[in-house]
Amino acid sequence: MQRFETLTGLVVPLDRLNVDTDAIIPKQFLKAIGRTGFGANLFDNWRYLDSGEPGQAGLRTPNPDFVLNKPRYQGASILLARGNFGCGSSREHAPWALLEYGIRVIIAPSFADIFYNNSLKNGLLPVTLPDAAVDELFCATDATVGYTVTVDLQNQRVLNGARVIGEFAINAFRKDCLLNGLDDIGWTLQYEADIRAYEARRQKVTPWLFTQVRGNNE
Amino acid sequence: MAQTLYDKLWESHVVRELPDGTCLLYIDRQLVHEVTSPQAFAGLRAAGRGLWRADANLAVADHNVPTKDRALGITDPTSRLQIETLDQNCRDFAVSLFAMNDIRQGIVHVVGPEQGATLPGMTIVCGDSHTSTHGAFGALAHGIGTSEVEQVLATQCLLQKKAKAMRVRLEGAAPAGVGAKDMALAVIGVLGTAGGTGYTIEFAGSAVTDLSMEGRMTLCNMAIEAGARAGLVAVDETTIHYLKGRPFAPSEALWERASTAWRALKSDPDASFAKEITIDVSGLTPQVTYGTSPEMVVSIEGRVPDPAQEADPARRTALAAALAYMGLTPGTAMTDIPIDVVFIGSCTNARLEDLQAAARFLRGKKIAPNIRRALVVPGSGLVKHAAEALGLDRIFKEAGFEWREPGCSMCLAMNADRLESGERCASTSNRNFEGRQGQGGRTHLVSPEMAAAAAVAGHFVDIRRPF
Repeated sequence: MQRFETLTGLVVPLDRLNVDTDAIIPKQFLKAIGRTGFGANLFDNWRYLDSGEPGQAGLRTPNPDFVLNKPRYQGASILLARGNFGCGSSREHAPWALLEYGIRVIIAPSFADIFYNNSLKNGLLPVTLPDAAVDELFCATDATVGYTVTVDLQNQRVLNGARVIGEFAINAFRKDCLLNGLDDIGWTLQYEADIRAYEARRQKVTPWLFTQVRGNNE
Repeated sequence: MAQTLYDKLWESHVVRELPDGTCLLYIDRQLVHEVTSPQAFAGLRAAGRGLWRADANLAVADHNVPTKDRALGITDPTSRLQIETLDQNCRDFAVSLFAMNDIRQGIVHVVGPEQGATLPGMTIVCGDSHTSTHGAFGALAHGIGTSEVEQVLATQCLLQKKAKAMRVRLEGAAPAGVGAKDMALAVIGVLGTAGGTGYTIEFAGSAVTDLSMEGRMTLCNMAIEAGARAGLVAVDETTIHYLKGRPFAPSEALWERASTAWRALKSDPDASFAKEITIDVSGLTPQVTYGTSPEMVVSIEGRVPDPAQEADPARRTALAAALAYMGLTPGTAMTDIPIDVVFIGSCTNARLEDLQAAARFLRGKKIAPNIRRALVVPGSGLVKHAAEALGLDRIFKEAGFEWREPGCSMCLAMNADRLESGERCASTSNRNFEGRQGQGGRTHLVSPEMAAAAAVAGHFVDIRRPF
């Protein structure tokens, strides 16, 4: 996982409630078996005028009215969004697509749980700010071309220059993982003995939970 | 201290707790499908890791599988590669798989319970948000992303913080023509699509205990559409009766012990919940969505709402955008909306009881001339087989429906079953998001009965009245 400490970047505003993961990356692009190649199809239905299928990179007609296509927001690394961002399907392709496009931070008043969790595991930082702070940022990104903010994970703050726009909460464990680029599996395996001991206990109490399931491939 | 069902399930699976409350939570069962698993297996290979407990996993391809002409194989090369990759990964890592030619193949959330691979008291995960379905059995079940799929394969654990507990009480007797799907949509209408975020929802009340396991699964399936990762229903005799004799349910020798333990899987009478709501379902009407979020739902007696009447500016914008996408005019009666396509299927409503409910409205009838396509996609090969034994396939086919092979199909249109741009669909699935059933497609979520009746009438109808 990519480490995250501090980022100063251009902010692109996406002024819609309940942006779902089907909108972030439509299903026809979920057939890939790798983790890459999703960035070109981020927000595909909104970003292009023609309908998209896998393998058409470079052949599409961009929708000039969609905010990500506006020249003033090119190179943005911070996405500003509305409430319940990332609702719907659990597809981790959504954070993969955002990251590959170049987004490292999403600022919104609220996030859907699964998306929030998936983002943290990929070094994409979801920042929850109060509605008033988000409204202020929407006004600022509209009023000022090239508006940037700094997201400081260590101090859990969002700043414009030296001015603090808002502070955000983050689980201490997740923060530590992000700051150090730590992988959950490696971390978990240090408790191998605890997991074995748990299994041994449970096997005595609820042996039916350890029944082998069998398919037709054996 | 009095505990909720969620407390009990959580506590019995904590392997280790960190000072900040993050827990290493043991996972009893992982269900695996072709779309969200390839990168997880690739990650294991790259790190040289094996599976912690191969026998805790059960795999089945469902999202991409064709629902007709299976003898021809999978023609879409990208879909084929994904399914072949699942087959190969299951071989390499010794994971049990129900391949496409197995009668047990189907939608992962239909297959798990049907096989008894879903049991009360389990923690169950799958790289699919509708894993909440399995909570109907008093199991703690939720969707995860691919990184977590990999973690569970490698460690049989997840790192999680406990959610808050919410109880939704559905009280009273649901009127005829009103079922679990209407209850689910009504709950989402009340809570909103983010109302359950951060919560595990326990569904309780007399209307829930009155439901069959199929109905409870429909209800828990849609907990995620209210933002809750997990839905729960306490174990009772209905649960235990459903599981008896299922292939992976406890053997005779363990049955008494297991079922006795399961009967304790309910919230203590004085347990407290962070949030509690009660809905009287005795006055509930059949529900239909009109917008692009499941919370945009009204009674069949209602009308398309007017954005001008919405006070909150962000919601007004969202509603106007939704109606523009849906091609609907404010004030239109829901019963005046004509439809083009009918889809009966998905992990929400593709079980035998759902197909029976739809068939009751189709016996001896034909679909309306304006219906371009009407599909029934059973939830599994076993559901299909059972429906055929009852003659339901003939009822559907004689009415003008296509009778397909099991899979996710037009719920998310990853295979060839999809809406064309502008087509309007009465769908028994769970999401009416923009483009969900095909780019430009317009989805209205309804119960199986409502979908069948709409197919006959050519537009939505109130199934409580003759039509």
